[in-house]
Amino acid sequence: MTRALDRPEAVPGGAGPMLEIRGLRHQYDGRTVLSVPEWDVPRGEASLVLGPSGSGKSTLLNAIAGLATPTEGSIRIDGEAMTGLAPPARDALRARRIGLVLQTLHLIGVVTVRENLRLAQRLAGLPANDARIDEVLANLGIAELAGAKARNLSVGEAQRVAIARAVVNRPPLILADEPTSALDDANCEKALALLLAQAKATGATLVVATHDNRIRERFAQRLEL
Amino acid sequence: MTTLHLALAYLAARPLATLLHVLMLALGVATLAFLMLFTSQAEERLARDAKPVDLVVGAKGSPLQLILSTVFHVDVPNGNIGLEESKPISRHPMVASATPVALGDSYRGHRIVGTDESFLALYDAKVGAGRAFKDEMEVVVGSEVARRHQLAPGAKIIGSHGLAQSGPGHDDDPFEVVGVLAPTGTVIDRLVLTPVESVWHVHEHHGPKGDATAPGIAPAMRPPSQGGRLEITALLIKYRTPIAAAQLPRLVNASTAMQAASPAYESARLLDLVGVGVQTLQWFAAVMMASAALSVFVALTSALQERRYDLALLRTLGARPLGLAALTLAEGVTLLVAGVILGLALGHGAAHALGLWLAQSGSWPLSGFAWAPGEAILVAVVFAGGIATCLVPAVQAYLSDPASLLAKR
Repeated sequence: MTRALDRPEAVPGGAGPMLEIRGLRHQYDGRTVLSVPEWDVPRGEASLVLGPSGSGKSTLLNAIAGLATPTEGSIRIDGEAMTGLAPPARDALRARRIGLVLQTLHLIGVVTVRENLRLAQRLAGLPANDARIDEVLANLGIAELAGAKARNLSVGEAQRVAIARAVVNRPPLILADEPTSALDDANCEKALALLLAQAKATGATLVVATHDNRIRERFAQRLEL
Repeated sequence: MTTLHLALAYLAARPLATLLHVLMLALGVATLAFLMLFTSQAEERLARDAKPVDLVVGAKGSPLQLILSTVFHVDVPNGNIGLEESKPISRHPMVASATPVALGDSYRGHRIVGTDESFLALYDAKVGAGRAFKDEMEVVVGSEVARRHQLAPGAKIIGSHGLAQSGPGHDDDPFEVVGVLAPTGTVIDRLVLTPVESVWHVHEHHGPKGDATAPGIAPAMRPPSQGGRLEITALLIKYRTPIAAAQLPRLVNASTAMQAASPAYESARLLDLVGVGVQTLQWFAAVMMASAALSVFVALTSALQERRYDLALLRTLGARPLGLAALTLAEGVTLLVAGVILGLALGHGAAHALGLWLAQSGSWPLSGFAWAPGEAILVAVVFAGGIATCLVPAVQAYLSDPASLLAKR
């Protein structure tokens, strides 16, 4: 069901991969909806999880993020086992190590862009750091939106804010679920470029799950489901 | 960006709905708080005014009217009794003191009470300025009368016939203020006291100008020239022994043309009568509050539905289930706190406004700057009920599964 197209190499210097998956299987109503026998993503690399709708891409990302508990198998993030952790520990590990860009660019609409980013800082257990927020917003070219209510943003602006929120805490791992599938070609290219640039700027490992073949060639590391 | 900050942001995003929920809750709380203030202060006031008097002996008629007119000074008397007729009661061995009360006139809405010095002792009243009355046409005024009309010893006042503010005046018989009483917190603060002979004098020698049968005019002292005897309105009796409570009223009612009425019993009866209306209003307010609690529940539940993706998002950012429950609870509790604070402010404000209005008409005062004993329980019950109501959506938030919600998206 799954084939690893490119087996990544570990980062020179002895550090293990950022993401290690072993024997991962997830069943729903007795039906196997995801099976990943083995997959490693080295530190600092950008990887693509590719597959049609319903192939289990979101389930895989949810399992990596600790939002879903797989039926069997193990997932290690930055050397720490996500699977097997109690829910509060999973929440803490996710907040500390993972930045998420969701398919629908979901932001908290009733508060400002800055407050959305502060929320991410607070939930990661970090002190409010407006300088960092300003830096990230400037890098993404949306510094002027800091005080805008998130619900008033355009799709493109919300996309950038979602990326800003994912990188504001400098997480070592960024997971992006269908970040480009709702965008036209021009915006798809821009969003992807920003995501890759931000991941590179913070040294983060990036995993993008998509069915969007337009971005396939931008990733050397791919997992097809 | 705290939980409370986020809860406030969600409430601010729906200002009209938030305002309506708070108002509904506030109106229920305000009504109950007002009723509690009103009844507690009325009960306290009635008890305080009635406490010094064990029994009132007056003309036959309504016992409640007799008590209202001669103890609480809010109604017209039933009629008068002969002074000679009352003397055997005054001298009865079971009677510790018998204070005469002669009503009929008023000063700007304040009763002029013909009595003797034992009236001051009955209410434990002290003269704050000047001296006690001694001779005919001398008066001492209660502290509230003095304050409202800026009276001091040496001032002259003209009484009006009858107990309404608009009665015809006794212009030819001015009273001289010889003393002002220190505040007592009882009905005496609103009275003008004079020897009973003053009342007889005013009606003996001059009589009232104008129509003596005008509304609000009591069946006042008839001058001896008209009725051939001296009259008083009632005797305020203090028992010498507790057994008198069982024997004296029966003796008066069975063997004289007068009636005996107990202030304690009649004020309890009055509170029972008023209590029916108060209870109805209390039930109404309780139903309003239950409706408000239900509306808060519906608001939170529907808000939870609307923002289930927000909650899922917060979970993806690292929020724990308990944090989401706390957020939902914070939203409900914010509505509760705002409703209770606004309700208490409205209830106390209404009580104070009514108190100011009543004070203008010389009635007993009602204060909004007081705390009724039941209010703490009211606040506790509202919070307990409200939080219990908010717990259901809070638990729903706690149990929400972010992965399945995000997958549906």
